[in-house]
Order: sequence, then structure tokens, then C-alpha cells
Amino acid sequence: MKAPTWWRGRSAVIGIPYLWLLAFFLAPFLIVLKYSLSEMGAVTPNDITSVADGALKITLKFGNYVFMTGDALYFKAYVSSLKFALITTVLCLAIGYPFAYFMARAKQSLQPALLMLVMLPFWTSFLLRVYAWKGLLEENGWVHRLVVGLHLDTLLVQAQMIDVPGKLMNTPFSLVIGMTYTYLPFMILPLYANLAKMDLRLLEAAADLGATPWQAFWRITVPLSKAGIIAGSMLVFIPCVGEFVTPELLGGPQTLMIGRVLWDEFFSNNDWTMASTVAVVLVLLIVFPLALFNKYQVESQERRR
Amino acid sequence: MSGTVHPKAAWFGRAWLAGGFVFLYLPIVTLVIYSFNASPLPTVWGGFTLDWYGKLAHDREMLSGLWLSLKIAFLSACGSVVLGTLAAFSLVKYRRFTGRTLFNGLVNAPLVMPEVICGLSLLLMLVSVQKAVGFPERGLMTIWLGHLLLGMSYATVVVQARLQDLNPSLEEAAMDLGARPWQVFTLVTLPMIGQALASAWLLTFSLSLDDVVVSAFLSGPGATTMPLVIFSRARLGLNPSVNAVATVIIVVVAVCVAAASLWIARAERRRLQEMNAAQRGA
Repeated sequence: MKAPTWWRGRSAVIGIPYLWLLAFFLAPFLIVLKYSLSEMGAVTPNDITSVADGALKITLKFGNYVFMTGDALYFKAYVSSLKFALITTVLCLAIGYPFAYFMARAKQSLQPALLMLVMLPFWTSFLLRVYAWKGLLEENGWVHRLVVGLHLDTLLVQAQMIDVPGKLMNTPFSLVIGMTYTYLPFMILPLYANLAKMDLRLLEAAADLGATPWQAFWRITVPLSKAGIIAGSMLVFIPCVGEFVTPELLGGPQTLMIGRVLWDEFFSNNDWTMASTVAVVLVLLIVFPLALFNKYQVESQERRR
Repeated sequence: MSGTVHPKAAWFGRAWLAGGFVFLYLPIVTLVIYSFNASPLPTVWGGFTLDWYGKLAHDREMLSGLWLSLKIAFLSACGSVVLGTLAAFSLVKYRRFTGRTLFNGLVNAPLVMPEVICGLSLLLMLVSVQKAVGFPERGLMTIWLGHLLLGMSYATVVVQARLQDLNPSLEEAAMDLGARPWQVFTLVTLPMIGQALASAWLLTFSLSLDDVVVSAFLSGPGATTMPLVIFSRARLGLNPSVNAVATVIIVVVAVCVAAASLWIARAERRRLQEMNAAQRGA
């Protein structure tokens, strides 16, 4: 018996993107996992499967993982990636939350224009926005002059964000400012979407019951915007952990990031199996934030109906 | 500011917004200004010049990179919108199917997945495929596949948001009047989600035009996209040619986005008016 036409249409609509994602997103992951469990041959990695006596044999080599635990470089790189991603996320939240809040409470007629102004840098090239900071932080760049002129650089030295007063480029400071700058819109947009939907009558009710605006903000607005805070934080944190372009252009010797380690393993050392191992461990590190992000993303999408 | 906000808070709010926009825009403005800098020292102003633009017109490497990037961006925007629309449809219209949770996760993951992982994993897979069947060579085709993967997720989010806001009774009415599913889609749904498709297209186009990491993993000899050219120069330090090309891109993008959003806003208004008129008539 033939399936009815609507059913065939339905399976094509679901099937095409599903198969595409399985083939180009999930399958490549499994291949990375496979590579991480093999060893580098002379030129290419050895295959973990071999056919001997007509039977398929799988040899797993944990050498890469063992090597990784023996070399402090990897551990340090993972820790500092998490650290810089966390600092960036906190900074984005500190700048972005008030920003999104005031945007959502601005005049209704102004809001589309404000939203547009936040989106516009997001449309201009990520690479060029990172590059722009090179010119600002290099000696004689105007941010450099401002920071040094206000003697903020001594403060930054104390915060261990820079080494010597007067040198801002290729330090943790330049890395964090670059990442905060490029990821800020990712924090503002979900927070704005969340805060703009809030029922303002709740705040009026709180005021009627004697809450100060400050109390109402912390006890009503902030808890209600939890979904936005989590979505925004994950949109900043997860990509930052594996960030490559910003550390490469703005980072320095002290800002070892795992994205750069992976890149070097692959492009400089030509060690595909080690690069895969680095990638597998990186995925394990972000799998929990990833699940959290996915949960809130799905919930917010389903709730819209 | 609406009623519940204190006047002091209102001033603080305006100042915060202004400060935020200065933070967002000053680096871009500085980048543009220094593209007209005559001084050989990249951070010292030495007078106005258009030299860097003149040089740009003869910059073979950059121009061929731009051409390749535009081709890839066009193809991946088209592909992403098609795949993204299908995915968004599956998620919005079919509430239950086997593996829906996995599907949802797979759609959302590339939005945040570090690009080095996407690039590496796709490359290793394509290498395995190439070893088995001798196809595809690294180049335009493989970069396109990579961008399609990233773009599809973004397109899905944009189209999904629009589909969820649609009133299902319009489609149901068309179905009751005897339209086939395909007719319902082309005659009713498509015109209503047209603007979302347009913005998804633009978004994925600009994402593709901008990508460095995935392209670096998937490019082959002779397939150097414009961001790769820019990146390799920016790595070595400040370079006025990068400022000049940045200015051109920024101006083109700003004009396109502004025009597109005006068009989208106008279409939206017209649609609302028509809907209101129809409701009044009924």
C-alpha cells in the first residue's frame, strides 16, 4: 500500500534537514572521535579499524589522551580559555543587562531604531571589528592614550590584566576587551527580547504593595529575565571558550587559548589526531553549557506559541 | 521612558545607552577614518589621502578573494534559507516525530559551537569521503558546505520565530477550501514569511562573507576567500589596505541592511493594513 501524499511530503520536509545535519554535523564529530583514538602515522593518521582474518578489528589508542595529561600546556590552555570566557561573559552581562533594560523601557517608537543600531555592528564583519581594536590599543591609538592619560594602566597592572604600564596590546586586557566588544550584541539581543515582553503591570503591583523601584527590579525584573540571562550568557560563553580569531589578533604570550592550540596542532604540527583529541576534550568541557543553552532555546521557542 | 521609571533612572538610562553605543561604534568609525590616513605610521594621523583605495583597485589577491567570497556567500545564503525553512517547518508544524529532541539539539548547536570544532570535524569528514570516492577537492565546494552548516542554523532560528507568530487559521482555511499542501505553502504561507526569508538570506550571506575559521580549514590551494586574505595581513600588524577594504565592506553592508530593513518594515506595515482592512470588511 502506498503512503498518502501528505505523509510523503511530511517525511521529505523533516527528512532533508535531518539527514543533512546528521551527515554534516553529527557524523563529522564521530570522525573526530575516531581520529582522537588513533595514532599519527608517517603522513596520515592510522586507521583504527583493520580487517584481519576476515574479521573487523578495532584498535583504540589512548596515547593522545595520555600525552595530554602529561603536558601541562594543554591543561593551562583549557583553564585560561575558561577563565577568559568567564570574564568576558561577566563583562558582557554587566554592560549588556542595563543596556537591554533601558532599551526595553525606552519610548516604544524609538525601540526599532535602537534595535537596528545594536544589530548593525553585528552585520559588519566580525574579523574587521576585532582588527579595529588593534588600531585603538596600539601605542598612540586613542584608547591607548586615554587609558595611559588617566593612569588606568597602573590599575590594570594591579588587576594582572597587563604586565607593564603603557603596553596594552597582546595582553589579557586586549583579549578580554576584544571578545567583550565582539560578543556584546549576542548578550543584548536575547536580553532585550526577554525584557521587552515583560508585563509592566507586575512592577506597578509591586510599587502598590510598597516595594521601592530598586527592590522591584531585583525581585521581579531580574528573576523574570532569567531565561534571557542564560541564553545571552551561553551565546557569549560557549563560543568564547573556543575562540580563535580574537586571541590570534589581540592576544599575546600570556593568553594561551585552546582554540589556538587546536589550530597550531592542525596547521603547524600537522598532527590531526592530537587536534582531534583537543577538540574532543573541548566538546566535553562545553557539553553542559551547551545542554543548558539548548534547553532554554527550546523552551523559549515552544513558549512562543 | 514609561511611567514606572524614576527621572534620575531615566537620565542614567540614557547615559548608559549612549555610552554603550559609543563603545559599539567608535572602533568602527576609527577604522573608517584611518583608511584615509596619509601617514606611514598606522596610528598617527598624517593628513587625508585616497591612496589606499587606489591601491585596493589593483590588489589582485584581495579582489579575487572578494569574488570567491561573494560566490560562496550567495550560494550558501540560498542553500541556508532552503534548508533552514525546511527545518523550521519541521519544528513548528510537526509537534511529534521520532528524534525531534535530537533534531532540535542539532539545529541549535552550530549557533554556539566553537568554529574551530566545526571546521576541523567537517574537514576530517570530507577528507575521509575524498579518500573513499575521490571527491570533493578542497575549494569553493567544501567552503560552501561549511558555511551552509553554520548558516542553516541561523536561518532556522529566524524563520522559526516568524512561523510561530503566524495565525494557523489562515492555512487551515485554505485547506478547508480544498488547497493541496503545496498550494497552501506557496499561496498562503510563503507570502507571509517572505520578509523572514529575506532577512535570513541577508544574515547568512553576511555570515558567510565574514567567516575565517571554517574557511581556513576547508579551503584548498587557490581558494583564498577575502576574510582569509584580510586575516593573514591583519595577523602581521596594522595595514592600511585592510582599513580601506573594511571601509568599503562596512559602507556596502550598512546601505544594504538599511535598505532591506526599510523594505521589510514597509512590507510589514502594508500587510498589517491589509489584514486590518480584511477584518473590518468581514
